[in-house]
Amino acid sequence: MEISANQRLSLTGRHHPLADTGYQLTVLNAAQTSGAAWPAFGSKLRETGLLPLRPTGISTLQLNVGKMCNQTCKHCHVDAGPDRTEIMTRETMALCLEALRQAPDMQVVDLTGGAPEMNPDFRWLVEQVSALGRQIIVRCNLTIIVANKKYHDLPEFFARHRVRVVSSLPHFSAARTDAQRGEGVFERSIRALKMLNAVGYGQEGSGLTLDLVYNPSGAFLPGSQAGLERDFKQRLRREHGVEFNSLLTITNLPISRFLDYLLESGNYAAYMDKLVQGYNPAAAANVMCRSTLSVGWDGQLYDCDFNQMLELPVEARAPRHIRDFNLARLQERSIVLNQHCYGCTAGAGSSCGGATV
Amino acid sequence: MEKNTYYNPADLAKFGNVTEWQAEMGRKFFDYYGEVFKEGALTEREKSLIALAVAHAVQCPYCIDAYTSDSLQKGADEAQMMEAVHVAVAIKGGAALVHSVQMMNKAKELSM
Repeated sequence: MEISANQRLSLTGRHHPLADTGYQLTVLNAAQTSGAAWPAFGSKLRETGLLPLRPTGISTLQLNVGKMCNQTCKHCHVDAGPDRTEIMTRETMALCLEALRQAPDMQVVDLTGGAPEMNPDFRWLVEQVSALGRQIIVRCNLTIIVANKKYHDLPEFFARHRVRVVSSLPHFSAARTDAQRGEGVFERSIRALKMLNAVGYGQEGSGLTLDLVYNPSGAFLPGSQAGLERDFKQRLRREHGVEFNSLLTITNLPISRFLDYLLESGNYAAYMDKLVQGYNPAAAANVMCRSTLSVGWDGQLYDCDFNQMLELPVEARAPRHIRDFNLARLQERSIVLNQHCYGCTAGAGSSCGGATV
Repeated sequence: MEKNTYYNPADLAKFGNVTEWQAEMGRKFFDYYGEVFKEGALTEREKSLIALAVAHAVQCPYCIDAYTSDSLQKGADEAQMMEAVHVAVAIKGGAALVHSVQMMNKAKELSM
């Protein structure tokens, strides 16, 4: 599929109406054209006995260290791209480290972006978190490793700090991957996966975890995580000699560039129907926002990365900036909900860790 | 708006309503249907691709819509889906062509 120069810009770079998060929320809360609105997500949770939705215990601190990225994927919920300049400073990172010192129960530090590796203080941050003895996840888009010579040693750097690498690869077919992530991305991703395999990632007994993320490349939900993992393992091994640990299936939430795709392709209403009809109470009980705290590039606190991208901060009575971090008060907060939340509760559920049921 | 065709895409979502006029048989059919498509000796993706191929053979627009969507969801790609359709085409075409042996037999029988 041809990608025009315009499509390589973010919604923000194109001054697209959907770059305004207020407009996204208006779209999400508007009645269907047929007249019947989807029930408010909160009312569904009430039926399940989960309202107000409360944390079960914050064990993961997810840091979005910036919106800069070497790719402009069509489904990106961050609206990341080479034209985005928002980046977390070392001062804000230091505040995050202080919060981690205060809260030893936050055992997992999940670094995301954009391409987190493009933040100039990324390696400093990993070294500091590693020194605190916390488990580090890096959401690596793979192609960054081969994008520039200065990134070629990332696999060794990750291995040194026992980083768990979680990487998007929407399909074992080049065409379906490139349709979502850009021309040539599949081939570059395979090269990067081989570099990760070469230092031990995904290899049995190495203790170095390499997980892949499957996002549907279109207006449909992910299939069974176990079944897809088996297909991915077989095809990637047979055709490319690539090994990995687990496949995580993540549902695309109807926000930002995926919302743009849904609206432009005429799939929006049918996709929302799928999410709403697929509401699964068991998945609702296991949503990731109950165990995660999300920090924006500027230190603002959110219930998850999706709320962050919709500029829906944690509720007003909770601390709203990492400098005011207070675990006890954050544990007592009610999680902020909106219609996009249906994306995490459909079918087998969805989270940054894959299916939840 | 009233659709001026025999097939209305919105009718697919009403499939379940067939139980209204025959509850027990309808229920038994849907229970069986659900059981058939569960992972077994064949994976869910393989079953979905078989369904897609059969949908083309029986030329059912509802089934083509449903199993195109389902095949994608089960992780199939365009190449697998088109190969599945060619299997149906080969069997349908072959089924016609193999009867030409009968035609040849009859022609030979009638000819000097």
